[in-house]
Amino acid sequence: MRYLGYTLANEADTPTDPPSPELFEKMGRFVEEATKAGVIVATGGIAPTSEGAQIRLEAGQYTVVDGPFAEAKELVGGWAIMECRDLAEAVEWSKRFLGVLGEGEVRVRPVV
Amino acid sequence: MSPADSTAAIEAVYRVEFPRVVAALAGFTGDLALAEEVTQDALVDALRQWPRDGTPRNPGAWLTTVAKRKAIDVFRRDRLSVSKYAEIGRELEITSPFDANDPALHVDSDDEIDDDRLRLIFVACHPVLAMTARVALTLRLVGGLTVAEIARAYVVPEATIAQRIVRAKKSIADAAVPFEVPSGEDRLSRLGAVLEVIYLIFNEGYSATAGEDWVRPDLCAEALRLGRALSALMPREPEVCGLVALMELHASRLRARTGPTGAPILLLEQDRRLWDRLHIARGEAALARADDLAVHRGPYTLQAAIAACHARAFHPEETDWKQIATLYTELARLTPSPVVELNRAVAVSRASGPAEALALVDLLVATGTLERYHWLYSVRGDLLEQLGRAEEAAVEFERAAALAGNHQERALLTERARASRGIAPATRDAE
Repeated sequence: MRYLGYTLANEADTPTDPPSPELFEKMGRFVEEATKAGVIVATGGIAPTSEGAQIRLEAGQYTVVDGPFAEAKELVGGWAIMECRDLAEAVEWSKRFLGVLGEGEVRVRPVV
Repeated sequence: MSPADSTAAIEAVYRVEFPRVVAALAGFTGDLALAEEVTQDALVDALRQWPRDGTPRNPGAWLTTVAKRKAIDVFRRDRLSVSKYAEIGRELEITSPFDANDPALHVDSDDEIDDDRLRLIFVACHPVLAMTARVALTLRLVGGLTVAEIARAYVVPEATIAQRIVRAKKSIADAAVPFEVPSGEDRLSRLGAVLEVIYLIFNEGYSATAGEDWVRPDLCAEALRLGRALSALMPREPEVCGLVALMELHASRLRARTGPTGAPILLLEQDRRLWDRLHIARGEAALARADDLAVHRGPYTLQAAIAACHARAFHPEETDWKQIATLYTELARLTPSPVVELNRAVAVSRASGPAEALALVDLLVATGTLERYHWLYSVRGDLLEQLGRAEEAAVEFERAAALAGNHQERALLTERARASRGIAPATRDAE
């Protein structure tokens, strides 16, 4: 089963500085471990909403709004697609990811 | 850490850690049976201690250390028969008597564990074992599947798999197979044996040789996991990349390969919009890496290149059949086999027409080597049908149906025979 895991945060609380070399290194090691376990099949980070746009279609009318547009706690920061046998395994890998990050919130959902 | 971890969460940690822990223990003890046993015993300890004390920060290191202590206990207990363990306990000889500060109990570095994982893969796929034993042992010790999971995947009783694994471990011990990645002349053929096992697991998932279900995606996923792990451990081996590319590209079609009732849908009839683009992208990337690493494409890379030709065609009529026929010719030169020849004939039929292909197939029929292979008759039936020889085609499809081992394949071939005879499909209403 494939799972999408993604981080959620308040944009206001999210540091804009690049990660410290130490965190960068720890995260690199984690990604390597998860890749070697055959779990991570794709992963990436997502830039702040200020660099993105919001597109809506309502009553035949498109509205495009440039970022920033995040409401509280809905910023997706990073994501990974994981091949896991079940949700419990995906949860375990998410815990490890958060352990590297120090704190935060990850949601995991099956990709169907 | 949180003390509230449930049994299910602890078991998930264990499943995630198992392949690394058992590999480290196999390296430590040189004894697969003992490695598996003490790893399992470590889980029992974890299930007792972690709910009370919390899951340790580094659960893998915890499990490995506990398992090593248990292995040392076994060595100590069997001290009278120490000669048996003299070689096995090689790391333990550094310090004697056994003590808790034994440097052998140090936490293995990631590199050391990687080395042990790679060695374990090569040992589990050792040619001293029968293929069924290699598959079971690899799924158990390298993949970390339980005996029950393997039995379910292969539709055989659990006892059969359990026995197969016990015997395999014994054969490895009896043959004194060294716990190492072979070097020198052996290396390539032993790597070939490893790739063969992984591909066999994938293929059983991709088109099951027995049972009701034609595909078992879980088994494909396990093979892919093994392949990805291997390619991370041996990033410079072109054929490892080639095999991963081949499996990714084939796996991309899994959703499109069966209809709602589980009936197979052949490549040219699949809804290609269902093909998994992530698998295709990963397959293409792995193929490109294989091509970068090798001067000449090996058999897995060639097959991946063929699969990529299909993946690149959004509609069947866009398929580059000339290229595919050329690739099959190369493959036939590298690994001559009647099955490759049959596939080449299919590509030729698309590139140059059914008559030329039928000539190739008839040559194959004349050799008699594939007389029990249902796809031979299925392909021949298909070519005859294209040539308007419906009656002969029906006979071939019937012959193919009689030889097909899988229930779903048999149903499909029977249906084609009926269609060739102009009989309306049994289950479908006229549209």
